[in-house]
Amino acid sequence: MTTHPEQLTPHGHVLRYTLKERLTHWVAAGSYLYLLATGLAFWSPWLFWMAWLLGGGQISRMLHPWVGLIFVVAVTDMFVMWWRQMEFTAVDRAWWKSLNYYITNQDEKMPPAGRYNAGQKLLFWSFFFAGWVLLLSGLVLWFSDRLPWSWRWLRYAAVLIHPIAALVSIANFMIHIYMGVFAERGAFGSVIRGDVSLAFAKRYHPGWYEEIVGSSDPPK
Amino acid sequence: MSQATLRIQKMSGHAGSVPGHDGQREFTVCKLIDTTTCIGCKACEVACMEWNDLPFGETVFDNTYQTMPETRWNYWNLILFNEHEKEDGSLMWLMRKNQCMHCAEPGCLAACPADGAIVQYTNGVVDFQQDHCIGCGYCITGCPFDIPKMNPKTNRVFKCTLCADRVSESLEPACIKSCPTGCLHFGSKDDMKDLAEKRAKQLRDDYGFANAGVYDPPGVGGTGVIYVLHDATQPELYGGLPSNPKIPLSVKLWKHPLKWLGNLAIAGGLIGLFVHYLRFGPKAREEEDIRPFGGQQ
Repeated sequence: MTTHPEQLTPHGHVLRYTLKERLTHWVAAGSYLYLLATGLAFWSPWLFWMAWLLGGGQISRMLHPWVGLIFVVAVTDMFVMWWRQMEFTAVDRAWWKSLNYYITNQDEKMPPAGRYNAGQKLLFWSFFFAGWVLLLSGLVLWFSDRLPWSWRWLRYAAVLIHPIAALVSIANFMIHIYMGVFAERGAFGSVIRGDVSLAFAKRYHPGWYEEIVGSSDPPK
Repeated sequence: MSQATLRIQKMSGHAGSVPGHDGQREFTVCKLIDTTTCIGCKACEVACMEWNDLPFGETVFDNTYQTMPETRWNYWNLILFNEHEKEDGSLMWLMRKNQCMHCAEPGCLAACPADGAIVQYTNGVVDFQQDHCIGCGYCITGCPFDIPKMNPKTNRVFKCTLCADRVSESLEPACIKSCPTGCLHFGSKDDMKDLAEKRAKQLRDDYGFANAGVYDPPGVGGTGVIYVLHDATQPELYGGLPSNPKIPLSVKLWKHPLKWLGNLAIAGGLIGLFVHYLRFGPKAREEEDIRPFGGQQ
């Protein structure tokens, strides 16, 4: 007997992300892609062409901080929506111990993850904190010409902290894209259409599957 | 200010080689400022405004002779007035003409991400190319002398050009031309260094300034503007002239180890993920997506 029949969608699918969750995800994704491209342009002369592609260095420098604000708002909205679901549990500790099975695609040997597995939770917190560190250091860089000379240590800190936090977010981003687009077939569709197949739910998120379907039996 | 007759030996944010690098026989130019013969007349400030056609701004009166507290995007040359109390209780003026120091190893240029926005010509002049400037302000962070200033209306950074346009036509900078006491000199770095050392020795031997010396800080590779100071052991007295200016450590860490480690990590990560996909592939195939484990129905 299903415990959350309202989440079941036609053709043996189950709602994974509400429209609001998907919209927030894509606001964050769109703003992140812009920030990544313009940020990398400022990071390396080899990639400065990306700033030209996006309207030139001046425009990129002007918009980068504003888009950064949008990104942090989206990430903070995710925090409000998901922080309870992102708390680490005993299952997560067991999950980390079995990480090798996850990496080698032996998902049947993994402890039963809930709506989010431990890796996704870590990704969420890592993006959330990197986002805020990027915002705070970014504010210093945004207004660095207005800081008095006696506060120059803030600028010195920001030029180092901002790229470090960005590199952390890039690591997150690469793994996120790899998992969502390439490794877990069905994940990319879920953040567009909102639902996943019951098989997907059972395979990757058995704890969540059980919560919705009310049984750990494989989907019919 | 693009100067066709000046070749470029260092260029900010630039991938690939720099046209004028390692291909010049031009000597390095240098401005010598003898603070001991400056009378604070501000002719250099006016000449700078005139020659560079800088728009006027309001001055700030703070109970000294100083025109304003610090240089501005449209005020590149400012005499700093410091009233100094000597050991015997008497007072003396320490007046220092402040402007871009034209470092041999410029922190502004090291920090700048915009291709060609900051250049160093083969004669040593460090120049901002405002048409390439993106307004990020990293040069402000890179400079140990607090010189680059942002025009808030255009978001582009300005500073003294050492009158690169005049120098390229074999004229001396406007400030030098205007100085009535001869405390400003312009020539090759070697000649100016020589002259400065002679003057410092004169101050030590004949005028009782035992600590007189030349300010040409090695931390930034030496500068294209050098000072003769009454007391070279305390440059801070001259309106905060740093005794050992360097490119900030965090800027160096950011531009060297962090950049290369970060690039390696990104490239390594991309390769790693690609190899992982080749080795293990997706977790499940599309056709399995609608069926549970093991293909059970």
